[in-house]
Amino acid sequence: MTEATVATPPVQTVSVTVNGEPKSADVEPRLLLVHFLRETLRLTGTHIGCDTTSCGACTVLVDGTPMKSCTMFAVQAKGAELTTVEGLAGPDGLHVMQQAFHEEHGLQCGFCTPGMMLTAIAFLAENPNPSEDEIRFALSGNICRCTGYQNIVKAVQSAASSQAEGS
Amino acid sequence: MATAPEVRGLGHSVMRKEDERFLRGKGTYFDDVVLPDMLHMELLRSPLPHARVVSIDASAAEALPGVVAVITGEALAAHNLAWMPTLSGDTQAVLATDKVRFQGQEVAAVIAESAYVAKDALELIDVEYEPLQAITGPQQALDDGAELIRDDKDDQTSNHIYHWEAGDEAATEQAFADADRIVSLETHYPRCHPAPLECCGCVADVNPATGKATIYMTSQAPHAHRTLFALVSGLPEQKIRIISPDIGGGFGNKVPIYPGYVVATAASLLIGRPVKWVEDRTGNLISTGFARDYHMHGELALKGDKMVGLRAKLLSDNGAFYADAQPSKLRAGLFHVVTGSYDIPAAHVVADGAYTNKAPGGVAYRCSFRVTEASYLIERLVDTAAHELEIDPAELRRTNFIKPDQFPYTSATGFVYDSGDYEKALDVALDMLGYADLREEQKQARAEGRLLGIGIASFTEVVGAGKGKDYDIAGLRMFDSAELRVHPTGKAVLKLGVKSQGQGHETTFAQIVAEELGIPYEDVEVQEGDTDHTPYGLGTYASRSTPVAGAATAIISRKLRDKGKDLAAHLLEVAPEDIEFAKGQFSVKGAPERVKTIQEVAFAAYSDLPDGMEPGFEGVHYYDPPNMTFPFGSYAVMVEIDRGTGEWKPLRVVAVDDCGVRINPMIVEGQIMGGLTEGYAIAAMQLITFDEDGNAIGANLMDYLIPTAQETPAFELGETVTPSPHHPIGAKGVGESATVGSPAAYVNAVVDALAHAGIRNIEMPVTSGKVWDALVEVGLAE
Repeated sequence: MTEATVATPPVQTVSVTVNGEPKSADVEPRLLLVHFLRETLRLTGTHIGCDTTSCGACTVLVDGTPMKSCTMFAVQAKGAELTTVEGLAGPDGLHVMQQAFHEEHGLQCGFCTPGMMLTAIAFLAENPNPSEDEIRFALSGNICRCTGYQNIVKAVQSAASSQAEGS
Repeated sequence: MATAPEVRGLGHSVMRKEDERFLRGKGTYFDDVVLPDMLHMELLRSPLPHARVVSIDASAAEALPGVVAVITGEALAAHNLAWMPTLSGDTQAVLATDKVRFQGQEVAAVIAESAYVAKDALELIDVEYEPLQAITGPQQALDDGAELIRDDKDDQTSNHIYHWEAGDEAATEQAFADADRIVSLETHYPRCHPAPLECCGCVADVNPATGKATIYMTSQAPHAHRTLFALVSGLPEQKIRIISPDIGGGFGNKVPIYPGYVVATAASLLIGRPVKWVEDRTGNLISTGFARDYHMHGELALKGDKMVGLRAKLLSDNGAFYADAQPSKLRAGLFHVVTGSYDIPAAHVVADGAYTNKAPGGVAYRCSFRVTEASYLIERLVDTAAHELEIDPAELRRTNFIKPDQFPYTSATGFVYDSGDYEKALDVALDMLGYADLREEQKQARAEGRLLGIGIASFTEVVGAGKGKDYDIAGLRMFDSAELRVHPTGKAVLKLGVKSQGQGHETTFAQIVAEELGIPYEDVEVQEGDTDHTPYGLGTYASRSTPVAGAATAIISRKLRDKGKDLAAHLLEVAPEDIEFAKGQFSVKGAPERVKTIQEVAFAAYSDLPDGMEPGFEGVHYYDPPNMTFPFGSYAVMVEIDRGTGEWKPLRVVAVDDCGVRINPMIVEGQIMGGLTEGYAIAAMQLITFDEDGNAIGANLMDYLIPTAQETPAFELGETVTPSPHHPIGAKGVGESATVGSPAAYVNAVVDALAHAGIRNIEMPVTSGKVWDALVEVGLAE
């Protein structure tokens, strides 16, 4: 067994915009983005479910693209615009996707919900009028253990309709 | 509907009260809890499934800056904490001292200033192991001369754990002797894992000044866990407070007490600072409560098309410690409900359990104590019989169902079924599916070379434990409780001994109060999970919250209603017997204009009381059910098999559930769809297995397959309503019906597609590889 030779790791400054607010912190280069969000910034709505990029509970938007923050270093997000679940609701209340998940009973334990909604929001931005199959494919990187997805799919359809009416 | 839309009692699909915080990312799961001066714990796990621990050298880890302590089994032994009791009366190592007995077993814990440093330090712990032969199956475990896994136990001379029988052996033998046909099925319900999206963990905070231990933990049963913590640690029970915050799914996985909880609490006690332990996914899958792993042999005796006898033998693979979560008097759980929905006059069940070098657990994964295995066996046996006898599987079921006028029905193994109308549920399901037409389509498709299959499962569950006299966990009777406090302004707080993990208790239980007292559901706040502030209960699993805590809620509401009548009589200056109550209003019989609302009555309880009446408008009720409840239903699935690849796909999934009276139909249907998905997952892909050396395969979510939105079929739901006669609101519980009932429906459908060619069984998980092998075997591969 080798001697304990772990030196104090160097730190790097990470400056990002999170939900529209500039944030900056000195972090270890190995700090995962999900830990940066949850622990450094105390935005605990982003969850950790698997450590292997399989479940999507940690999904956040990085410059509008859904990314699994458990497999990305905070330093890789330098300068990026990040959106987490905490940034969805506005002064007028819930985002249409949040409202749709509520009305269609698209959540039970709530653990997958933030990542699921963020994936769905980014998807609708690209494909505002999707088929059910397209929705199911788009959500296939996010696991839900409670709902069986049917009401999540309905929620995304409902949000798409609301957005179409609102535009 | 009994209550007005604005009151929202039973039968209203009202939106969930708990949603808002989850939608905003403001839930509080245990990992969101951060306390001042908090330390972090990581567990070192054994890479070997069976080995002697020769030595542990933690000196390099201890020297790493940021490491506060390394805890080994030896250190725990000094405090008598190296072993802990299991839920099945066995012992389990907290941290290994003598041997490791499964891959992933907890060997040491690092406590450090950060989780990253703790993980670094794990790499620096040097453990010397002396490998022993790994035993990876219960048959091998029971061979003569097999290595003794539990040599720590003085009275243990083999790897055999228990032998248990139920039913009438002689009557069953006679039934088989008289039968004109015996159909058998040998099958293994494979080991799988509930894998809730949130792994297990805790924040343990033992206050050095007060001695109070506050433990935030992923617990489906916080009160029972408090008591077990007191028994394990010797801490006085009033000095232990378990807080089960928001839970990211449980499905049975969060019923047992795991070593991580115990070590984190011991570390906090010894160090005097809070300690957080967050399990990673691999730790969750390879060390915490697995499910199933029953090797089953079933035989059905028939006379013509009548089922006359059932024999079942099972061998249970319990892993290294017998830690099944089930009532203590029932060694194989409720497996003896194996006669299912059928009027089978004689049955005999023989069960044995064995230690192996696998993780312990044996939790009821989204089911009631091994009911899933029983349901699977009978529903697969019935289809096997139908195929052997060349009878339509729906007809064979119909012929043998327990009839509505036979309830309450005493089964051959001693259960008293409360109510049921099995044929009605089957009829609705077949009607929704268009069964007759689909059978025709199946024939035509076959003529064209396509393979369609239709699978039915007409399951019966037994849920809602207890009654307490017969059902206990670790000696604690399985009752539950509700404490209702109606404040002077007519707003209420309902405190429960159960604990939601996504089931929507904050909404559903408020609706029960709304129904019974007429207080609008928005005005009832439901609180759970904090043992210092809720009445004692056994927790949420085995679909027991509605049958038990739901009953307690209805009864305490009715008690307050009775007090309300006395108060209203006082306010209206009539005799209490002249008061009647409906929809939140107390009125004078024959003079309906003379009325007091529940809100006025509540205020009077604090302000204007008759002489001698105890002030206040609150109470608690502990409910010990007179019997279990027996939800049932019929599921019907159509699949198509690809003859070129062996892939199979559900084209239709129809689920008709009868869970008695539905409180919130939207939530009920959500539970059913979740269960249908987990049932599909078990039938098609979820598998925890081991290689011959005892290495766990399926140790992360890349190898342990969970269906996504893409694989998951669309569901068509139907219902019948047969109230439970002994439940105050006629509800039966529903959270697990679909996980219990649906695996057999999916597998029956795949086998049905190949039955004409002679295939009788394909083992779960039914992978395309196994189906391909079957296609090749019968010459149907393309």
